[in-house]
Parts: sequence; C-alpha cells; structure tokens
Amino acid sequence: MALDTDTVKRIARLARIHVDEADLGLLADELNNILVWVEQLDEVNTDGVEPMTSVVEMIQRLRVDVVTDGDIRNRVLANAPLSADGFFVVPKVIE
Amino acid sequence: MSALTNLTIAQAGAGLSKGEFTARELTDDYLSAMEAARGLNAYIEETPERAQMMADASDARRTAGNAVGALDGIPLAIKDLFCTEGALSTAGSHILDGFRPAYESTVTQNLWDAGAVMLGKANMDEFAMGSANITSYYGPTLNPWKARSGDNAGKDLVPGGSSGGSASAVAARIAAGATGTDTGGSIRQPGAFCGIVGLKPTYGRCSRWGVIAFASSLDQAGPLARTVEDSALMLEGMVSYDPKDSTSVDLPVPNYAAALTGDIRGLRVGVPAEYRIDGTPSEIETLWQQGVHWLRDAGAEIVDISLPHTKYALPAYYIVAPAEASSNLARYDGMRYGLRVDGEDLAETYERTRAEGFGHEVKRRVMIGTYVLSAGYYDAYYLKAQRVRTRIADDFRAAWDSCDVILTPTTPNAAFALGEKQDDPIAMYLNDIFTVPASMAGLPAISLPAGLSGDGLPLGLHLIAPPFGEETLLRAAGVLESAAGFTAQP
Repeated sequence: MALDTDTVKRIARLARIHVDEADLGLLADELNNILVWVEQLDEVNTDGVEPMTSVVEMIQRLRVDVVTDGDIRNRVLANAPLSADGFFVVPKVIE
Repeated sequence: MSALTNLTIAQAGAGLSKGEFTARELTDDYLSAMEAARGLNAYIEETPERAQMMADASDARRTAGNAVGALDGIPLAIKDLFCTEGALSTAGSHILDGFRPAYESTVTQNLWDAGAVMLGKANMDEFAMGSANITSYYGPTLNPWKARSGDNAGKDLVPGGSSGGSASAVAARIAAGATGTDTGGSIRQPGAFCGIVGLKPTYGRCSRWGVIAFASSLDQAGPLARTVEDSALMLEGMVSYDPKDSTSVDLPVPNYAAALTGDIRGLRVGVPAEYRIDGTPSEIETLWQQGVHWLRDAGAEIVDISLPHTKYALPAYYIVAPAEASSNLARYDGMRYGLRVDGEDLAETYERTRAEGFGHEVKRRVMIGTYVLSAGYYDAYYLKAQRVRTRIADDFRAAWDSCDVILTPTTPNAAFALGEKQDDPIAMYLNDIFTVPASMAGLPAISLPAGLSGDGLPLGLHLIAPPFGEETLLRAAGVLESAAGFTAQP
C-alpha cells in the first residue's frame, strides 16, 4: 500500500510536524521505500503467535500510591522557553 | 600525549591506589588530550570544571582512606542521552537546545557514587537514531582510525552510532571509558568500528530512568571501554535495581570482573547458520571462523545452531522502534523545555517547533511510527512486528537448549567513509543486521575488537548470552580478547 502525498500530509499532521508542500513527494518516496522493505514480514507465519508485550519475563511491580516528590516548581520551570508567575506560558488556546 | 591516558581503567585504578599519580593529574591529562583532539567532535559539551572538582573530591577521599572502589577517580565520557544535573543534555537534538536537567540519571548517579569523574557529554546520533553519528545537530563525530589502503584510504571515517562520540572518545584516549545506550546495536556497532569493547546488558539490568527515551522496550545502557575487564568494572558501576524504572530488575549485582577466569572449558558456543549473509566481505567470515577456532582451542564446544527468523529482526525493528519513538518523542512540544518556534496558534507552534527541532532521520522515523500505529494499520504493521518479535525471541530460547553463548560477527563491514550510505536509509539500517536480533529479544551481548581488515580497520566479534548471562558473556569475551591479542591503536 503505497503512500500518496495526501496520506503523508495526514501523517505529518498526526505527528505534529510541519512539512512543506514541496517536500511531500520526496518524503512519500522515502517512507514508501521503508514500508515496502518491511513488508517482507508478511512471509513469516505468525498464526497463533502472541505479540510480544514485555521483553523480560517479569511480574509488573506495584508501588504504594503515595506522593514521593514535590515542592520543586522552580526547578521544573527552569527549562521552560517561557514562564511567568510560576506557570508555563503557552499560546492562547481558548478564544 | 601523556602515558596516563593510555592506561586502562584497571591500570589507572591500580596506579591511583598505589599513589603513583592523583585523580587530578589523570583528569588534567585527559582534559588536555580532549582539547588536542577537538577535531574528532566527540564531545558536545566538555565539563572541565566539574571534572576537576570531582577529581579533587576523589583525591580527598583517597587521602582520607575512603576510596570507594575501582572507578574512584576514573574519567569518563557520558553519552548525551543521559540526563546530567545542571549539565547540557540534548540527545544530539536541536529540539533540546539549552536543556539542563534538574535531576541526574540513575546510571550516571551510580557512576558518581562509585567515584567516577565526568569529562563531558559525548556526541551521538540525534535521539540515538543512526549508525554513523551523522545525524547529530552538533555535527558528525569522526572515527580516530584511518584506512591505510583501499577506496577510503586517508578519508574521514564514521565512528558508527548512535554512541559514536562515546566510542570515538574511548578509542582516541580522550576518555578512559564511556557510557553508551544500545537500542539496536548503538553500543556494539560503534565499539566494533572504533576497535574497542562495547557491552549491551540484558534489558532491565541498567535503569532507564533519566535516559532520554528512544524506544523504551529496547533501550538499554551499557559501557564502552578499551578492554573486557574495564567493561566489567564499568558495568558493575552502572547496574542497580531502581524503583524509578518499572522494568528495572531486582537481582543482586555480581562482581563482574570476577567472572574473567579465562576458563571456558565445556562452554557450548552456538554458531548460527543464518548470520552467513550473501555479500558479507570474506574477511568478516574469516575472522568469525578464527573466533570459532580460538574458543575451541580454549576448550569450548562448538555447536551449529539455527535462528530461523534472523533476517526478519531488522524489518521488525524498523516498525517497533519508530512506533515507540513516535510516542516517546510526542513530549517535545516546545512548551516545557527546549526549542519553541512560534506559529499562528498552538497547533502551528507544535508543528513549527518539531519541524525545526527534529532532524531529517528523526522526522522520518516519527512519521513511520505514527503511520504504523494509526487506525487501520496498527494490526498489519505494529502487531505483526510484535508477533515476529515473539518468534525471534523463541528462536533464541530454543537455541539455549543446545548452547550457552552465541558467536557472530558484530557488523557486516568495517567503518565506512563520512558521506557514504547517507542517502539510502535502508543501506544505513543494514549496519545493525547482526546486532538487532539480540536487542529484539532483550539479550545481553558484547562486541570486542578481534582483528584488522585488509585496509587496517578494526573488526569486531559479537557474543550473545541468555538473559542475565553477563558473566558468561564477559568470561567468553575475555578468552577471545586474550587469543586475539588486539593491540592496534588508531
């Protein structure tokens, strides 16, 4: 199933990556090359095979649901591109 | 260059305990060597003040009789994928511009607790995606080795990737050892290209906490060092059970160096037929056979084995890893850290930030990942790949009935020239053809330098062990290392 430029545009939108109109064709070719290459997996009979969910056989640990961290607002904000009054500043999202 | 930088970690440790030199002298020699070798671009950021402070603290501990072990005072390069408190941590990406974490990764904290000294942050492929260290926003790292003949004679060569800066630094004697991470071969392949030892532990052995995530079900930290013994010493310093990583394994930490007994009598070494691949240069095949002979001569039993799904590991990897990357890299939105490029509205700000902040290979993988996880394609691609992954793991499980360790080449070729394979992603991906299967099955594996190509470049041999078989791995690698007697330097 070859990707057309409209599909590439949709994927870019889902991935929140801007792609210039002029680059869509080249990107479609690159992605198609990879997808055609991975299609060799269809040769493998996987009937009745469980998909791997964990690479190590282990029992998922549970922890006590308590607060173990906190009071580090300024450290959390220290890397923000924009912050004010103890908040991250983001573009306006509600009109 | 000063002789101190030529010492292995074990030798430097011995010199420090005998008082032949101080950690500060050792560190200062490394700092000068780093300055002289800046042309390699092995470091994204050098941290000389911190290094000197840590070295002084090590000397003070030693003077007071409180030295903490084999790594006390040993200067290391830290792959830029590890978050280091207050020190630039970028994963080689523009999108993490200026990011200075407020926390320390568990692995690096373990190393500092063991007394190690941080020289700086090592260059790497952006978000660990690459096999040549050419996708870094900070420019390519060079391999200190040069071909003495052939088409690439005298040309700048790649160090492999993604831990290319770490491997180049250790090989060039501008770090005594380095941390790396391995998702599909990112420790072992650059180790082989740079003529040093690279070890990927069992998934879960090293904590992933504070390591910038690429593909969470595959990522694993490990050491790059000049000898097998040094790798054992570093591994012991890196491993721990960490409640902050839910996949961290709660097992005792062995004394890995003690595993290097040199005795592999009766060890069953599997040689998988499927790793013989058309088009592999004959010198790779010859070295592999040489490795078989070395192990047999040391008393190992050689067993022919079959891993039928080997050829499907790489294509399955290129579904699973991008899928996980597309989820993990969703956090880079320009709001909380790193680069922000303003757009008309929030969505456009995200899109512009990520378009400018991610390099081409990262965008390509995020988009492949987004596609294979998207509605209508999830079953055909992602679930299919995870089923194939189960079959790959089953192949290994079956193999362990007849062997204790598996011997293969590390890479299908020696280091190639900068600029080669750049325009063909799949040709680049094929670099990891021998390393990816163990990654897909979460198994520990090691690459060690075992010989030189006809053009004078290092070639690696690769051992794979069952889960938590690091000691077997190190023991067999130690025997190969002694037999190979690899002493060549760049």
